[in-house]
Amino acid sequence: MNRLVIVGASLAGLRAAESARRTGFDGTITLIGAESHLPYDRPPLSKAYLDDTEPEIPFYRGRGELAELNIDLRLGRSATGLDTSARTVEIGDDTVEYDALVIATGASARTLPGAERLAGVHTLRTLDDARAVRAALDAGARTVVIGAGFIGSEVASAARKRGLPVTILEALPTPLVRAVGPAMGTACAALHAANGTELRCDTAVSALEGNGSVERVRLSDGTAIGADLVVVGVGADPNTDWLNGSGLTVDNGIVCDATLAAAPGVYAAGDVARWHNPAFDRLMRLEHWTSAQEQGALAARNALDPANAQPYSAIPYFWSDWYDSRIQFAGIPAGTEFELFGSVGAGRLLALYGDGERLVGALALNRQPDIMKLRALIAKRTPWAAALDFAADRAAAWPVAVSRGFAGVRSGSC
Amino acid sequence: MRISVDRTKCTGLGICESIAPDIFEIDDSGDLVLLREEVTAEQRALVEQAIEGCPTFALKWAQ
Repeated sequence: MNRLVIVGASLAGLRAAESARRTGFDGTITLIGAESHLPYDRPPLSKAYLDDTEPEIPFYRGRGELAELNIDLRLGRSATGLDTSARTVEIGDDTVEYDALVIATGASARTLPGAERLAGVHTLRTLDDARAVRAALDAGARTVVIGAGFIGSEVASAARKRGLPVTILEALPTPLVRAVGPAMGTACAALHAANGTELRCDTAVSALEGNGSVERVRLSDGTAIGADLVVVGVGADPNTDWLNGSGLTVDNGIVCDATLAAAPGVYAAGDVARWHNPAFDRLMRLEHWTSAQEQGALAARNALDPANAQPYSAIPYFWSDWYDSRIQFAGIPAGTEFELFGSVGAGRLLALYGDGERLVGALALNRQPDIMKLRALIAKRTPWAAALDFAADRAAAWPVAVSRGFAGVRSGSC
Repeated sequence: MRISVDRTKCTGLGICESIAPDIFEIDDSGDLVLLREEVTAEQRALVEQAIEGCPTFALKWAQ
């Protein structure tokens, strides 16, 4: 085992390289990244990087610190093919041989038809995207965000922090249903109204219009909204096109077993990996910082020592910062039971999700002291009734008295 | 071994508490508290995980 190749130079790929070296691997590591930038951290791009202060580019390591890892770093190069029999990765006309391969090619932001024709229309996934969005905010743009997901909501927050007008357009009747369920989608949406962002649900976009630069967003009812900046936040697709013909199973990501193995010698990590998560006994593909970094590290260890490969069992976790509020979610929003403590109006809430027997998910709004304790309860497969007791005890100790149950929260509208 | 927290970076996300609840906890005001100053040999691997797992790069070993 002399040659480790890692395709993808974002968080999962970098962690794979770091973890390989930490375990004592002294062979060659080739790290291939499609972007020309040194590896950088993505969460700040839709948060602090957009603030009205001197921007700090969130590189993980400087060039010197990267050199300490002794890796063959190939940036600005996209892998174009994989041959799992010959154990080679193609990068255009170049071929790189591997003994162990970690694929961490991530995901790409979805866009809208015609978006590329107009200046001022951006996704927010890469550093280049963030620079463009930031520059538009610096210029005082009237902003329209398409898609009321987490990225779009963070962009809206950044615009409002600068006092700029912003409208969010959401095609579905309720935002964030897949991520947090209908009741909490509605509850989170209330943060937009409270902070001066106009959120329009059930609203379809028919065209982006302008002459060179975007000038307005045309809606399906014929009306239009003026815009200098349009941010398209309608999700991301895993970067798997280059794997056509490779023999790997690709179905909304690279399908992997519990050890992140996709084929002999081939492991996947991060947004591109759809692996069997033993914690929920199902295939999952997560676009979360925490799983990317953990999977990257484990995928490299497993790739270099497949005989002792360890499973990746995880309770999903993500966070999002909206205005002055922090939303944290652990587990999965699916379930037959739901209970709520607190409210958006009270400035804090906990929502619990059950599957009929046990706690499977938890959302916290401005309750950082509680969320990781609930995450631990999910991992321990805590029965629903015991989880409710725990949350009730926690909520009783909050500095303000809060209600329990659905008062004021209805699903199906925003 | 001692742990150092960069308070200018920590925002209380709590991943460290999730990894090592005997060492890290987010207190009621949302701030990270270290439940112990010294880390035993058995706890080292967990603290390493917490350092790596911190999304704001706020943790490291004290010199």
